[in-house]
Amino acid sequence: MKPYDILIVGAGIVGSAVARECALLGWRVGVIEGGTPAGGATAAGMGHVVVMDDSPAQLALTAFSRSLWQQESGKLPKSVEYENRGTIWVAADDEEMAEVHARQRVYEEAGIEARVLTAAGLADKEPNLRRGLAGGLLVPGDSVVYPPAAAGFYLAEARRLGAEVFLARAMSASQGQVLLSDGVSLVAERIVLAVGTECDLLPSLPIQKRKGHLVITDRYPGFVHHQLVELGYLKSAHKVTDDSVAFNVQPRQTGQLLLGSSRQYGNEEPQAEAEILRRMIDRATEYMPGLKELSVLRVWTGFRAATADKLPLIGPAAGLSEDRSLWLAAGFEGLGITNAPGAARLLMDAMLGRKSAIDAVPYLPGRLMEPARPAHA
Amino acid sequence: MTRTEVLVIGAGPAGIAAATAAAENGCAVIVLDDNLSAGGQIWRGATVQETGSSSRGNTTKRRALERLRRSGAQVLGGRCVFSAEASGMLQTLQETGSGSLVEQFHFEKLILATGARERFLPFPGWTLPGVFGAGGLQSLMKGGYRVAGKRVVVAGTGPLLIAVATHLAQEGAVVSSVVEQAALAQLAPFAASLWAHPAKLVQGARYRAKLWKTSYRIGCWVLEAIAGSDGQRLGAVRVTDGTRTWTEPCDLLACGYHLVPNTEIAQLLGCELPGDFVQVDKTQRTSLPNVFCAGEPTGIAGLEAAMVQGEIAGLACAGVSSAPLQKRAAAERAFCDGMEKAFALRRELRSLPRPDTIVCRCEDVTFGSLHGYTGWTDAKLQTRCGMGPCQGRVCGPAVEFLLGWRPVSVRQPLFPVPLQAFCFQDERVEINKMNEPIKEKA
Amino acid sequence: MPETCTITINGATRQVARGTTVAVALLLAEQPSRISVTGEGRAALCGMGTCFECRAVVNGILHRRTCQILCEQAMTVETSR
Ligand SMILES: Cc1cc2nc3c(=O)[nH]c(=O)nc-3n(C[C@H](O)[C@H](O)[C@H](O)COP(=O)(O)OP(=O)(O)OC[C@H]3O[C@@H](n4cnc5c(N)ncnc54)[C@H](O)[C@@H]3O)c2cc1C
Ligand SMILES: Cc1cc2nc3c(=O)[nH]c(=O)nc-3n(C[C@H](O)[C@H](O)[C@H](O)COP(=O)(O)OP(=O)(O)OC[C@H]3O[C@@H](n4cnc5c(N)ncnc54)[C@H](O)[C@@H]3O)c2cc1C
Ligand code: FES
Repeated sequence: MKPYDILIVGAGIVGSAVARECALLGWRVGVIEGGTPAGGATAAGMGHVVVMDDSPAQLALTAFSRSLWQQESGKLPKSVEYENRGTIWVAADDEEMAEVHARQRVYEEAGIEARVLTAAGLADKEPNLRRGLAGGLLVPGDSVVYPPAAAGFYLAEARRLGAEVFLARAMSASQGQVLLSDGVSLVAERIVLAVGTECDLLPSLPIQKRKGHLVITDRYPGFVHHQLVELGYLKSAHKVTDDSVAFNVQPRQTGQLLLGSSRQYGNEEPQAEAEILRRMIDRATEYMPGLKELSVLRVWTGFRAATADKLPLIGPAAGLSEDRSLWLAAGFEGLGITNAPGAARLLMDAMLGRKSAIDAVPYLPGRLMEPARPAHA
Repeated sequence: MTRTEVLVIGAGPAGIAAATAAAENGCAVIVLDDNLSAGGQIWRGATVQETGSSSRGNTTKRRALERLRRSGAQVLGGRCVFSAEASGMLQTLQETGSGSLVEQFHFEKLILATGARERFLPFPGWTLPGVFGAGGLQSLMKGGYRVAGKRVVVAGTGPLLIAVATHLAQEGAVVSSVVEQAALAQLAPFAASLWAHPAKLVQGARYRAKLWKTSYRIGCWVLEAIAGSDGQRLGAVRVTDGTRTWTEPCDLLACGYHLVPNTEIAQLLGCELPGDFVQVDKTQRTSLPNVFCAGEPTGIAGLEAAMVQGEIAGLACAGVSSAPLQKRAAAERAFCDGMEKAFALRRELRSLPRPDTIVCRCEDVTFGSLHGYTGWTDAKLQTRCGMGPCQGRVCGPAVEFLLGWRPVSVRQPLFPVPLQAFCFQDERVEINKMNEPIKEKA
Repeated sequence: MPETCTITINGATRQVARGTTVAVALLLAEQPSRISVTGEGRAALCGMGTCFECRAVVNGILHRRTCQILCEQAMTVETSR
């Protein structure tokens, strides 16, 4: 059998973005998906394309990726629901307002437009927020997409350029060979694991599942205009031990509101849990009391692929595996939708020995060789 | 928070029989129903004007409701169950003109008597105002819709069509035809089996008498609903017998393709469903020891089956033997199998929708856009089919028939609820505390 | 109790018999309950609370299943857009 140039395991948004990049080079590409394409974390996520400044490396990757989204925005099909909503980081009090000013400077230095909103400015932009909030930071370049359709678009593009999709589970992947659950065996020069949270193909993957709950409402166009996130979100996203909730509401193009967010370790059950859901909703309604009356259509959970330093694994598996054919594109925690296009670009650069637009070293998998796994209760 | 020994979901014939039997035998019973008053689909409270003459059907209804009242079981209408746990708790939503109320109920034993809904199949024009479900139009009539003088075509499949046509005729509508997709050869053995069910035969004869002006077209189906001159409302339907096609002008179309069991709560609780229906034993017990199921969710078998199954389930909850009833229940089940064969959907109905025909009415997803996906989840994620407020209750069974994909994953909330419904803690529920059910001596 | 009640549908006042559901009041007034995602006027289909086609704005509250709600004196009903 003629070998593939590359086999990609996982057709979530990351695997699909990688597949498209490879197909664009004229490579012979095979994509392997054991579930539904885009049916993993990509189906569960919020689709907020956002610049985050948790660390300089995170800021660099999210800013780079967002710029790729922006460049392509005019060419995305309607189904991707790309909308340049902008983010408002909401500050509840003066202490958080000080933080707003600090972050504004960080963004500015990175060349990311960010504007400080006063209390009145915030109320004017989002009248359904409760009164008495201190203000906020508006990041106008952030956007909202519908992740399954974005992943579907990447994969369709890859197929159009000749990529083949195998709907079967990869049972093993090593030394350039992938064995599928239906008995088929495929060979390739390189194998990319874009497996989300699933580590069975490479048990040394330093990834932990971090559960999140989401709630979608019926259509209420105009109720919210920007993606609104409490400034404390970073704190809660940063914590690696406790369960946490934060106010995070997203206006969908449909007029629906998508409500997050919660973070839990050590719970791998997909069922929604009443207790954390209640905390999450209480938090949301504290910021936006009018949400209480809105009609909820569905509640679901998803799992983020968390790493110890909250940065993804992009590049050769060296350090985690001896196998020179293995490459990784995984561990995107709560930013895989944002970072998929950037990650695909960095991975290609590494494979081709091209210089990248940003420094790719912080994301190299080998850095987590001695996986310092976050402790959990 | 309200506690009760036996909680019944559904106040149709099965739920009424179940609640009555359990309460008469000493259980504290509460019955919940989404509808405002007891009766279910068939005995739906005729709240406006009951113009139809009192028939045997009405007598059965009156007797059943009267006996329920005397049994001491408490009926709470207007409560939609949106979440449930087999450990013994469920939540309901009550909607009124001015808002909504969430309540919690704790139970020792649960009887699911959630009935069925109509199966709708998409065809060009089926989203036009003027096109209703068959049972749909009937229940809207019971909600005060006046049909006198309107020309109506009743179409689809199943025994419901005749019942609806009769009701329409009673209310003064001109039922020009009843269009039944099942072929005569398919129906004949079922019709013959009716001889074994005298009560059903009498019902059938009474129906026929009301419809002497109506053509009963067997082996025919509606191809398309066509807008009238205003382009906004139904004006006519195209009907075919497979070789010949003709147009029938009408003001209303009542079209439904038999029934789909409401098994969402059973699925949520984790009851076994080997196929479309909830699995029960001789006492109507599901695979969960404290959960019973009666009526349509265990098999579409009609009124008598629902009543006898309900009674068996109620007796089982009260710990009383139902052996004498079980033979009758078995006979009714056989009737159900016969009915399923008689009204099996013909292949041709799969080619009714055109590429631009809407399949998912909530999200306006067309038939054409559903092609090329691997299954329900794939198509749902990419097209939004089934993502609207009905959560696939309408398009799910249709897509299953058209494309063979089985909808997956039932989740809470089973119906849309206000966000604050999730914020309920026990102490807050106390605000809405209701009286413990009062039991009269049986 | 009065035999009829007065409600407002899309700004117009209407008398309906007591016990009429809001979905039926909309049908009698020949007003769609909602405008669909692609702009079609829709009306009640199932009459029993499962299809959600009868959703309308009742007393200012969006997305109410009108086939499950009875008309009340002075109620306002609007087509959901
Ligand atoms: C609640 C929540 C909210 C989020 N919000 C946002 C947000 O607002 N913005 C943002 O940028 N990110 C967000 N994320 C994160 C984002 O959803 C994920 O980072 C992203 O979807 C990851 O994509 P992926 O392709 O790596 O993984 P997945 O989408 O999980 O894809 C992995 C795929 O690999 C397949 N697979 C795995 N193993 C095998 C195998 N052995 N054989 C075959 N196939 C296999 C799986 O079936 C799956 O389809 C959120 C996540 C959650 C859970
Ligand atoms: C931006 C956005 C907007 C959305 N809007 C809506 C909306 O308006 N309405 C709506 O209803 N939904 C909406 N969704 C929800 C979306 O459909 C979710 O991803 C939902 O989880 C999938 O729905 P489902 O029940 O069809 O499929 P799932 O429940 O996800 O089913 C997928 C399949 O995977 C299996 N599966 C999933 N997880 C596991 C697991 N851990 N273990 C074993 N099997 C598993 C299931 O059994 C099932 O067969 C939206 C999602 C996003 C991202
Ligand atoms: S008419 Fe179907 S829900 Fe009201």
